Amino acid sequence: MSVFIDKKTKLIVQGITGRDGSFHAQQMKEYGTNVVGGVTPGKGGTKINGIPVFNSMAEAVKKTKANTSVVYVPPAFAVDAIYEAVDAGIKLVVCVTEGVPANDMMKAVPYAKSKGARVIGPNCPGLISPDKSKVGILPGNIVKKGPVGVVSRSGTLTYEAIWALTCAGMGQTTCIGIGGDQVAGTTFIDCLSAFEGDSATKAIVMLGEIGGSDEEDAAKFIKKNVTKPVVAFIAGQTAPPGKRMGHAGAIISGGSGTAVEKIKALNAVGIPVAGSPTELPELLTEQIKKSRKKSTSSKPASRRPAKKKAAARKKAARRPASKKMVKKKAAKKKTAKKKTTARKKSGAKRKR
Amino acid sequence: MKIHEYQAKQLFAAAGIPVPDGDVANDSGTVQGIAERYNKPVMVKAQVHVGGRGKAGGVKYAETPEAARILGQQILGMNIKGLTVNTVLVTVAEEILSEAYVGIILDRASQRPVIMVSASGGVDIEEVAAKTPEKIHKLAVDPAVGLRAYQARDLAFSLYRDIGQVRQAADIIMKLYSVFWKVDASLVEINPLVTTPGGRVIALDAKINIDDNALYRQKDVAAMRDIDAEEPSEVKAREADLSFVKLDGNIGCIVNGAGLAMTTMDLVKRYGGEPANVLDIGGSSNPKKVVSAMEIILEDPNVRAILINIFGGITRCDDVANGLVDAFNQLDLSVPVVVRLTGTNEAEAQRILASRKLPTADTLDGGVKKAIELAGVDQ
Repeated sequence: MSVFIDKKTKLIVQGITGRDGSFHAQQMKEYGTNVVGGVTPGKGGTKINGIPVFNSMAEAVKKTKANTSVVYVPPAFAVDAIYEAVDAGIKLVVCVTEGVPANDMMKAVPYAKSKGARVIGPNCPGLISPDKSKVGILPGNIVKKGPVGVVSRSGTLTYEAIWALTCAGMGQTTCIGIGGDQVAGTTFIDCLSAFEGDSATKAIVMLGEIGGSDEEDAAKFIKKNVTKPVVAFIAGQTAPPGKRMGHAGAIISGGSGTAVEKIKALNAVGIPVAGSPTELPELLTEQIKKSRKKSTSSKPASRRPAKKKAAARKKAARRPASKKMVKKKAAKKKTAKKKTTARKKSGAKRKR
Repeated sequence: MKIHEYQAKQLFAAAGIPVPDGDVANDSGTVQGIAERYNKPVMVKAQVHVGGRGKAGGVKYAETPEAARILGQQILGMNIKGLTVNTVLVTVAEEILSEAYVGIILDRASQRPVIMVSASGGVDIEEVAAKTPEKIHKLAVDPAVGLRAYQARDLAFSLYRDIGQVRQAADIIMKLYSVFWKVDASLVEINPLVTTPGGRVIALDAKINIDDNALYRQKDVAAMRDIDAEEPSEVKAREADLSFVKLDGNIGCIVNGAGLAMTTMDLVKRYGGEPANVLDIGGSSNPKKVVSAMEIILEDPNVRAILINIFGGITRCDDVANGLVDAFNQLDLSVPVVVRLTGTNEAEAQRILASRKLPTADTLDGGVKKAIELAGVDQ
């Protein structure tokens, strides 16, 4: 399994005739994503790299039955593209575009939610479920299928961490870049919740950065709701203070937002924070071992409210599944073969 | 983007928020002239993009025009937290009975504009917030509905007892909320909001930060940018479309992506070095950006080595490599350069750079260690 995108993802590329849009449409298609169409107003009826182009999202969705879109249009038009996708019935809109005004997103995100749609981004690299689907700009060659869920506020730092995991033989279910903007459509908590509910995900890597209180909020959420082992990294641990927004920034965050505060909040709920992204695999291995020990002995009562005990026991019973992770590592060579067959399958699907 | 107090007050006044009369000056003679024109005691206020101006001696009271001139001489040219004062605002001094705080900020957590008010405003507002958070009243506004008059009134009731002042404050809060949206602000702040013996409520100070992403449609506000009030190397970087923060160390860093740039800085410190900057060349791969980045870093005399750390995704490594070759040809490179390029079109990049015989690294940690080692070698 994976979260948010998989083989059922049928993708429309908004801004497909632009420089970034056309390049990445091709990249996604090559990776095996089911790219069913693109939209550029005025270019409807043409084709780009064999992908049909439509004038509007409404038309594209009607003709292709797409369920997902990715936005590459320039910042001044990106918010409108999100509304257009949501109004056309798209349930997952990934906005790669950087430089979208935050005030526009404050209105667009609740609007999408009210229509039952999820927005990821803006200013994000998108997401990838190895061997299944990639939506956005994450390089396909650094990921590998496996049991780790990755969620990050960053772009290239995400690649660095994924690459470290892949080199250590730890593949991924889904890697999600939620973007670092003030108003993000999808938060750490949304992704943590999705990974917790995904049976294939056995462990989670969370990559944060200084500023805001997303990591602190995530720590609170994990304490209550996440049973899977989590490790983290925080970028900007040595950033000089002073880049702040007047009094209001300090008042609203109540002093949180620094790396020290974030690490403290994460450590307090049992999440170790790596000193370098390259140390994440080792830390994760330790954390998995620890959680296995915990699940064989009884869970500490303090961590779990009485109501959830029954559920916790069930989950604990499922725990040994994490042992499979080690076996999977041994079988990692097989994934290369799987990749090619998976792609063939998706190709066949497209022809239908 | 930050704008000065006097500019924020212009935007406030245009929205109908009461502010004291005032004018700006760049020399002490003009300061005196303004004070003579008002024929009242004035405040002389340094216009710099930094908090705590008053505590640093940049905001002072003058009884007479002559005293205002002397204060003008003192404050103009003054250095406040590393920034030189080029402009002062001269405003009519108001008699103050109380100081309140009103601010609106885009709150990440609720993803809404949050209005914060406190009857205990003034220079110690952050201490008030930290020690007695119950004295701060907050309201997250639903952007789809907007701020309703009753909500502004409720907030105003937490500031004043007198119904006349409550009405004035409620009106100011409504207008401040409209300014927040009108100029695409990420922050608008009045600290202090004061009451006078005559019962008036006035915005004595004004602060507005604008969302950089919205500047393309805020031409009038964008024109308010004061380049002289910013670090010159940061101005140059912005003009080259690079994100740059100057630091005090000796290892220059060129990285793609903010998170990775910060991580590179963290690792330089972790392995015992000191970064000279954080420079993010961004997502697109334009060889010209690499040349600009090298130029900006080489202008810093402290730099002893340069570390280039690129993880190609949307950025293509071969483009960065071409930019580096251009930089080597155009610039006088007196310091060693360590290159770590990985990801999209990595092999092509290595072919382009092969003839240069540069120190390279395969991993992030390896690249950082190498740069620190080379920066330590006497040249």
